[in-house]
Amino acid sequence: MNIVEMRGITKRFGTLVANDKVDIDLGRGEIHALLGENGAGKSTLMKILYGLYQPDEVTITIEGRTQPIRSPAEAIERGVGFVSQHFSLVPTFTVAENILLGYEQQFRLDPAQMHTRVAQLATDNGFNIDPSAIVGKLSVGQQQRVEILKAIFRDCRVLILDEPTAVLTPRDTQSLFEILLKLCAQGLAVIIITHKLEEALQHSQRVTVLRHGKVVGSQETSSTTSAELARLMVGRQTTPVQRPANANASEPVVLEVSGLSVADKRGVHALNAVNFQVRAGEIVGIAGVAGNGQSELVSVLTGMLQPQRGAMRVDGQAVAFGDPRACTRHKIGRIPEDRLRGVIGDLSVADNLMIEQLDQFTIVGHLQPHAILEHAQRLINDFQIKAAPNDPVRTLSGGNIQKVILARTLAQDPAVVIAAQPTRGVDIGATEYVHQKLLEQKQRGAAILLISEDLDEILLLSDRILVMYNGRLVGEFDAAAVDLDRLSLLMTGAEKTG
Amino acid sequence: MMTLGLKFERLPSPVWVRAAIPFVAIAITFALVSVLVILAGANPFAVAYELLIDPLTKNSARGDILVMATPLLLTGAAVALAFAGGYYNIGAEGQLLAGAAAAAWVGQFVGDLSPWLAIPVMITGGFIAGALWALIPALLKVRLQVDEVVTTLLMNSIMGYIISALLNGPWRDPVSGWPQSPTIALSAQFPQIIPRTRVHFGFIVAAVVVIALWWILTRTRFGLELRAIGKNRDGAQFLGIRVERTMLAVALISGGIAGLAGVSEVAGIHYYLIGSLSPGYGYTGIIVATLGALAAPGVVMAALFLALVSRGALTASRELDIPIYLADVIQAVLLLVMLAVLLLTRYRIRRA
Ligand SMILES: Nc1ncnc2c1ncn2[C@@H]1O[C@H](COP(=O)(O)OP(=O)(O)OP(=O)(O)O)[C@@H](O)[C@H]1O
Ligand SMILES: [Mg+2]
Repeated sequence: MNIVEMRGITKRFGTLVANDKVDIDLGRGEIHALLGENGAGKSTLMKILYGLYQPDEVTITIEGRTQPIRSPAEAIERGVGFVSQHFSLVPTFTVAENILLGYEQQFRLDPAQMHTRVAQLATDNGFNIDPSAIVGKLSVGQQQRVEILKAIFRDCRVLILDEPTAVLTPRDTQSLFEILLKLCAQGLAVIIITHKLEEALQHSQRVTVLRHGKVVGSQETSSTTSAELARLMVGRQTTPVQRPANANASEPVVLEVSGLSVADKRGVHALNAVNFQVRAGEIVGIAGVAGNGQSELVSVLTGMLQPQRGAMRVDGQAVAFGDPRACTRHKIGRIPEDRLRGVIGDLSVADNLMIEQLDQFTIVGHLQPHAILEHAQRLINDFQIKAAPNDPVRTLSGGNIQKVILARTLAQDPAVVIAAQPTRGVDIGATEYVHQKLLEQKQRGAAILLISEDLDEILLLSDRILVMYNGRLVGEFDAAAVDLDRLSLLMTGAEKTG
Repeated sequence: MMTLGLKFERLPSPVWVRAAIPFVAIAITFALVSVLVILAGANPFAVAYELLIDPLTKNSARGDILVMATPLLLTGAAVALAFAGGYYNIGAEGQLLAGAAAAAWVGQFVGDLSPWLAIPVMITGGFIAGALWALIPALLKVRLQVDEVVTTLLMNSIMGYIISALLNGPWRDPVSGWPQSPTIALSAQFPQIIPRTRVHFGFIVAAVVVIALWWILTRTRFGLELRAIGKNRDGAQFLGIRVERTMLAVALISGGIAGLAGVSEVAGIHYYLIGSLSPGYGYTGIIVATLGALAAPGVVMAALFLALVSRGALTASRELDIPIYLADVIQAVLLLVMLAVLLLTRYRIRRA
C-alpha cells in the first residue's frame, strides 16, 4: 500500500506552471528518486507535500487520509519531514538546540540532558557530530547532517530530502544512504531529489522524472538506465565535455599564492602555509574531503577573509586581502561556494548581473536602465538563463541562480577564475554547460582554480590536481597520470607525502 | 543560507487586490469600532463620513491635510530610506527635534538676510543638525556593531531633555517666562503657498524630498547599493559594495531629512521652538514608511491618508459630540487593521 499518493497537483506562479497535473506515489519503506532539470518543479512539488505552498488543484493522501496540507506544522504532524536545499537552521544555536528547537516539551531547558540525547541520536544513526558545536561554525556538509538528524528526530514516516548529496562528500553520501537504508527497513519512506543519476540508480527503488512541471516517466529503477533517465530529463542525448589538450607549461603564471595561513582564535590552522600557482590557460583542481580548508581558501581568495600570513599575486601584482573590490580590480572572477551569497535575492536578475560592475552602468551616480536591460538580455541569451530581466533572483531555480553568477563572472573576461563548487545542485544539462564555459575560459587564457568536492568533476576538467588535507596541500598530480588510489589515500590523510 | 524558522515571503498580489486594501481595512475597522461609537451615542456612518469624506469637501480642511502631511512626509521619507538600507533608525523623533532646535537658533540671527538666503541657510542648518544627531548611533553601528534600534531610540529621550533644558534655560521667553524660544526672524519664516490656507513652504520641501527619495531608491547607484545591503548584507559585501560607508551615509541622510521635518514645523507653523513641537511625528514616520512599503509613492499615500484621518478626527469630535479620544481610538484601530491587511495580502508566512 502506498503511504503517500499525490494526484493532479498543479501549481502556478503567475503565468508559469511549475507543476502540471503531477501524479506521484510513494510506497512504504521505499526510496523514491525525483529527477529533473533545474526549474523542472521538483522542489515546488515537495514544498506542496510539506505544506509550504498551496497548490491550485490537488489531492494528497497520506496513510489513507486524504486532506490538504495547509502548513508545515500539519505536515510534521502527519509524519512528513523535509530537509530543504537551503537549510533552516539557526546559526547561533548549538547542534542540540537546533535539533530540539520547537520540539522540547518542557519550558525549562536542560543543556546537559539535551546534549546527551542528541549525542545518543547521532551515534545511533552513525553521525559523527558534536551536539554542543555552534551550527554557524560548521561546514556546509556538517550543517546538512544536522538537518537530517533533526528530521529523523521528529519521528517522520515520510522524509523528503531536497538534493541532500549536493553538499556531501562521496564518503558521507555513502553513509547517508546506509542510514536511509536502515531507516527504510523500519518502514520509513524517502523521496530524494538529486541531480546525480548514479545515486538514483544505485539506491532508489523507483524513479520519477519531471520535465517542465510534468511527469515524463515513472518506473522501477531496475528497469531503466542512466542514458534513458538523462534523455528523459533533458529531452536530448547528453555527452560529457571533452577536455582539450593540457596547458602548456611555458605559459606565464597568472595566479600565485604563497605561504597562506589562516588560524582561528584558538590558533588551530584552517589553512597552513598553502602555496600554489596557476598558469594562463590552466585549470588547477583542488581535491579534498569537505572541511579540510577549502572553504577558508575560497574565502581568502575571494576577498572575504583576511589570512594571518601569506600573499597573493595576479600577473605579478600583489592583491590586497579582505577586499572584494581588489578582486574585481585584478580581474578575478569569483563563483562563490554559497550561491546565495553571490546574489541579492530580492533584486532583479538584471541588477544582479551588473552589480559587480556598477561603474560601467552609472553616469555620475545615475543608473543607466537601458544599458542595464540590454546587458541583462544579452547575458540571459548567451547563458540560457530561464528568467526575465525583472524577475527577482530569489524566484529562480538553483541552477538558474548559478547561471546568473556564472554569466556575471565570465562575461567580464576574467584573468583568474575562482570556481568553488560551480555545479553543486546543478542539473546534468547545466553542469555540462558550466564545464563547457569553464573550458572556454581556459582556451581564452584564463587561469582557473577549481575547488570541488566532486572528484569526478575535478578529474574531468583539471590539468593539474592538488590535494588538500587538514589545511595543507599534501599532493600534486598531473591530470594525465593520476594514481586514483594514491589520490584517495591523500584525501583521507592516510599518506602524508606529496 | 540559514535563516530563522519562519519568514515572510512576498507574493505579487494582483492590482485589484492592492487597490481594494484601503477599503477592506476601512470596512473592517468600522465593524470593529461601531460598538464603541454607538455606545458614545453617535452614528457609525456619520463618523465614517466626518473622518474620511468631510475633510475633502472643504477648501480649508484640504489645506490642513497638506499641512498635517508635511512633517509626516519628511519623517516617513527619512525612515523609509534608512529601513530600505537595513538601518533601523528609530530616532527620527530626536533628529526632528535637533533640526527644530537648529532652525530656532539660526532663525534668530538671519533677520538681516533676504528670505532667499535666510531660508536656505536655516534649512541647511536643520539638515546638518539632524544628521549630526544621527551620527553617534551610526558610528556605533558601523564601527562596533552596536544595535542601532536601541541607540537611536535612546537618543530621542536625550534630545527631549536637551530641548527642555534649552527652553527652561537660555531660551526661556524673557517677557512671558514661557518655555519657548524667541521668535525667529521674519525673513526666516516660511511663506504661505496656497492663499486662504495654512499650507506653507515646508510642503514644497517635503515634496522635493519625497521625489528625491524616489529618485535615489530607483534611479541611482547609491540607492541600488543601499537596497542590496538592506536585503543581504553579506552578499553586498561579497559583491564589492562598501557596506560601512554606504550605511553611514544612509544613516546621516535619514537623520538630515528628519531634521528638515523639525525645521518645517518651526519655520512654517510656530515660528519658535516649544517642547510640544512634535506629537511623535518621528514615530509616526515609522508607520508611514512601513505602510508605504519603504517606497516613495507609498510614503506619499500613507502620509496623506494619516493626515486625512487626523484632520477628520478634529471635526468628528466637534460635530458629533463624541470624545476626542474616540477618534484617536478609531485612528489607531484603522492603522492596525491596515497594517494587518497589508501584511496578509502582500506576504505569506512560510518556513525559511
Ligand atoms: N516562489 C516562487 N515564485 C515564483 N516562481 C517560483 C517560485 N518558486 C519556484 N518558482 C519557479 O518555478 C519553477 C520550478 O522551480 P523549482 O524550485 O521547483 O525547481 P527545481 O526542479 O527544484 O529546480 P532545481 O533543481 O534548480 O532546484 C522555476 O521556474 C522557478 O523559477
Ligand atoms: Mg530545487
